[in-house]
Amino acid sequence: MSWFTETLQSSLGKKLLMALTGLFLIIFLITHLAGNLQLLYGTKDDFNQYAKFMTTFPPIKAVSYLLYASILGHAVYGLMLTLKNRQARPVQYAYNQPTANSTWSSRNMGILGTMILIFLVIHMKSFWYEMHWGAIPEVNGFKDLHGVTVEAFKSPLYVLFYVLAMAALAFHLMHGFQSAFQSLGWNHPKYTPLIQALGTGISLLIPALFALIPVVMLLTNS
Amino acid sequence: MNLTLKVWRQKNNQEYGRLETYKIGDISPDMSFLEMLDVLNEDLTRKSIEPIAFDHDCREGVCGMCSLYINGRAHGPKFGTTTCQLHMRSFKDGDTIVIEPWRARAFPVLRDLVVDRGAFDRIMQKGGFVSVDTGSAPDANIIPIPKPVAEKAMDAAACIGCGACVAACKNASAMLFVSAKVSQLALLPQGQVERQTRVEKMVAQMDKEGFGNCSNTGACSAECPKEISVENIARMNREYFSARLTGTEI
Ligand code: HEM
Ligand code: FES
Repeated sequence: MSWFTETLQSSLGKKLLMALTGLFLIIFLITHLAGNLQLLYGTKDDFNQYAKFMTTFPPIKAVSYLLYASILGHAVYGLMLTLKNRQARPVQYAYNQPTANSTWSSRNMGILGTMILIFLVIHMKSFWYEMHWGAIPEVNGFKDLHGVTVEAFKSPLYVLFYVLAMAALAFHLMHGFQSAFQSLGWNHPKYTPLIQALGTGISLLIPALFALIPVVMLLTNS
Repeated sequence: MNLTLKVWRQKNNQEYGRLETYKIGDISPDMSFLEMLDVLNEDLTRKSIEPIAFDHDCREGVCGMCSLYINGRAHGPKFGTTTCQLHMRSFKDGDTIVIEPWRARAFPVLRDLVVDRGAFDRIMQKGGFVSVDTGSAPDANIIPIPKPVAEKAMDAAACIGCGACVAACKNASAMLFVSAKVSQLALLPQGQVERQTRVEKMVAQMDKEGFGNCSNTGACSAECPKEISVENIARMNREYFSARLTGTEI
């Protein structure tokens, strides 16, 4: 094994990868959210043109491959870490009071991540797969992804699923954002309070805005 | 005080243990938790029951020998306190108290409440010391160290190696212990010569011992009797990544 792979396979190296991929996913979420908000304030053509741009513009395509790798890497390493961490305590305490010393989200990153993963599979089937390989009718020269979205969010059950997934994301980020900086070694009396405040802010704001879109579309289109 | 105790009893490392219930009366609120266990053990001896094995030495909160997971918390319900410094006034008359050993794959139970913390010693043997000749005791102030740096090194050095961090962590991770030991030397001039190899070797041994990874829950620091900060964990992350990236040892 080279020093490089050895480093990435150490306990600290695995966490470094989790932190880097996690932070990259957060940056992606922000751009994804900015694009999606066009479903609320833009026209049908704006959104469809934007969707085409995002799937065909070469630099964005390049970044999208990094994104797929990040999601896979983050999920695989995350589940591996969770499994290994369970094995580190083969006999559980008969009586345990973890609420006294840590937050609920910080202890349940594996479960929250798995919920996000299930959401991602369904979400990508509904829109990403359809956009790339599905038979979507064209409107004004663009694939009508907007129409696919409107159709999907007519189902209250599907919208509820989205809202619940975003709640899981909120809890995942509540711990994840500040945890990533700690994993990178960035703990400083001047900046850590700022990072924590920012983490709380974005972990509430991003999922809330994501969840708002299907709810508004359900209410206006049905 | 009258108490009901549920204590983990286990003959040895091979057999599986179980919680046994004991009633105990006449406990003074001024007794320490370990004194209460002494009273129980005398009582058990009189009844020809094998006394409960538990670790202890200084009983002053400085040696790190005492352990015990009491009512679901490492070193009991108080923060910043070792079990030997915990007093029965922290409990109420009629309470039921559950007492378990530290639980971690890397800390196998030897008997009852005693676990083998040899994993910590093996990590220390990989680099938790200074092996270069630093000369005889220098004159005071001949090596300038800024006060805040000296304070941080001292805070890290306050770790008594009891293992409460491992016991409290949901992953049984040893990050707080190892990071305190890495930090106390990384911060001081005497530690510089072996700074990079130390962190690499200690982390490698930590991984080999079967501790879990760090999820940054902060449970370790919250339950640490010496209140060692998770800042040390961030420092060890920095030390480790920079050593791996720039160190010449491949
Ligand atoms: C958009 C989606 C996601 C984002 C933005 C995200 C973000 C993050 C961040 C920033 C961290 C902190 C890393 C650290 O502690 O250093 C983290 C941790 C974690 N993530 Fe995600 N994550 C996402 C999806 C997932 C998925 C799909 C899984 C799959 C199972 C997952 C599993 C985990 C686990 C288990 C941890 C904690 C690792 C540990 O114990 O330290 N995450 N995530
Ligand atoms: S017995 Fe020495 S610290 Fe408790």
